[in-house]
Amino acid sequence: MPNKSETPYPIFNLCRQRIEQVIAIVEADLRKLRHDPYELFTRMIQPAIWLLIFGQAMANTKAIPTGSLSYLDFIAPGILAQSILFIAIFYGIALIWERDMGILHKILVSPAPRSILVVGRAIAAGFRGLSQIFIIYLLSLFLEINLRWDFWAFLGVIATVMLGGAIFSTFSLIIASIVKKRERFMGIGQVLTMPLFFASNALYPIEMMPKWLQILAIINPLTYQVDALRNFMITGKSSNFHLTTDFAVSICAFAILVMIATRIYPKILY
Amino acid sequence: MPEPSFNTQSPAIEVLELCRYYNSYAAVDHVSFNIEPGIIFGLLGPNGAGKSTTIKMLTTLLPVSSGTARVCGYDINLEPAQIRQMIGYVPQLLSADGELTAYENLLLSTKLYGLHHTYREKRISEVLEFMGLTPHAHQLVNQFSGGMIRRLEIAQALVHEPQVLFLDEPTVGLDPAARKTLWKHIQEWRKQFGTTILMTTHDMDEADNLCDVVAFMHLGRIVAMDAPSRLKAKLGPKSSLDDVFILHTGSSIKETGDFANAKQIRNTISHL
Repeated sequence: MPNKSETPYPIFNLCRQRIEQVIAIVEADLRKLRHDPYELFTRMIQPAIWLLIFGQAMANTKAIPTGSLSYLDFIAPGILAQSILFIAIFYGIALIWERDMGILHKILVSPAPRSILVVGRAIAAGFRGLSQIFIIYLLSLFLEINLRWDFWAFLGVIATVMLGGAIFSTFSLIIASIVKKRERFMGIGQVLTMPLFFASNALYPIEMMPKWLQILAIINPLTYQVDALRNFMITGKSSNFHLTTDFAVSICAFAILVMIATRIYPKILY
Repeated sequence: MPEPSFNTQSPAIEVLELCRYYNSYAAVDHVSFNIEPGIIFGLLGPNGAGKSTTIKMLTTLLPVSSGTARVCGYDINLEPAQIRQMIGYVPQLLSADGELTAYENLLLSTKLYGLHHTYREKRISEVLEFMGLTPHAHQLVNQFSGGMIRRLEIAQALVHEPQVLFLDEPTVGLDPAARKTLWKHIQEWRKQFGTTILMTTHDMDEADNLCDVVAFMHLGRIVAMDAPSRLKAKLGPKSSLDDVFILHTGSSIKETGDFANAKQIRNTISHL
């Protein structure tokens, strides 16, 4: 083997190698996107429909109490979080596809630890979600939604979207590793996305939900995504939870999902 | 390129009573063999004989049901991470990513294997050159021919200079010309670097041309193992390896295989 170490600190070299492996996975995914960016555009259609049709129609009914916010202001962050969820939840299908092709065998036989492969994919999924920010902000200008134009808040939006993509794509990876077949996965993906979406504060405030749904909303990671995005994009203050709570819950959810995925990810091969 | 540093005294691969069960079905049933360093070892048998399952266990992709094996001196049950650093593996399926270029596929491998960044470009150009793919380095792999994809996959498996290379049905779905080119590359690589190669095939001609030692697998067991010339010599002057297989199993290698295997092979062919 070639000499891989430059410095006399093995821990430093190991860390550098692990970081390089994560970057390699992310880079390969982004290079694929560069060769074929078509999906970035098709993915923009769904959030546009939600905001333009559902959002505007519901805004006119004035049926949902959103306090001082207009209804469109209220749901813009919800639709962003939802579109990230919808993209990320089907990320696992790529894993099944790669398993069927044989690409996954090649990746799994490399010395990169399984946890690195999982984290790499999660970050790649996070990047894939970033294009949705563009369409939501563009539509918001068009619909005169009162966005905050603050540099740090915008960085917060990027961080939240990356984290959301990472959480739900890892969840998707776990489901793919369990169900193993594309057809089954599609069915389960459909079944999961709607409850996650509706049992959250994306379209209506938690306070107007029945008690049982409130409990579901509080254990749903999407609620914390929406809450953080609403703070960063619109209000600039806490709505249901403090930003610290939003990020603490999201990071814990991600860490737990990575631990589970690391254990069951290689099992997709058998 | 450094000389192979493998200790020539101990076997590159030692397999001892290896078993893999799927429910009660024994896909690999108490298989034992040793592979000396630097040889090309062929695992022969029809589809479903347990060849790919054996390779998957030796490459640490599949847990064993019982038994053990040592690859480059490391135990597959206890030291899988060390083994993954030492081996290259080309699966039967299509492992090059069609949505990336040849160069990008190799770049991913060099980074996953932890090659130092000052060394990566040199290694990538070396393996591309060796496999005759330099003019196509920046072409998307989904525009490649089947033979070029296989050469790229082997290049990927060799980019970190493994001591042992596993090839699972390397020439399946290739036309005779592409097959011969691939054989030439494999033989040339072994001659230059002394890499131990374990390959599976159900093509007797391929085994005869390439392998120093072959082992016949049938229903999860090894039924015969020796140099191809010696196996044939036992049967008489005009015998073929297929005759040897018929002698040991009572059926021709060409007749076996089931629906799932046929589907898998045709899928692979259509991908290629």
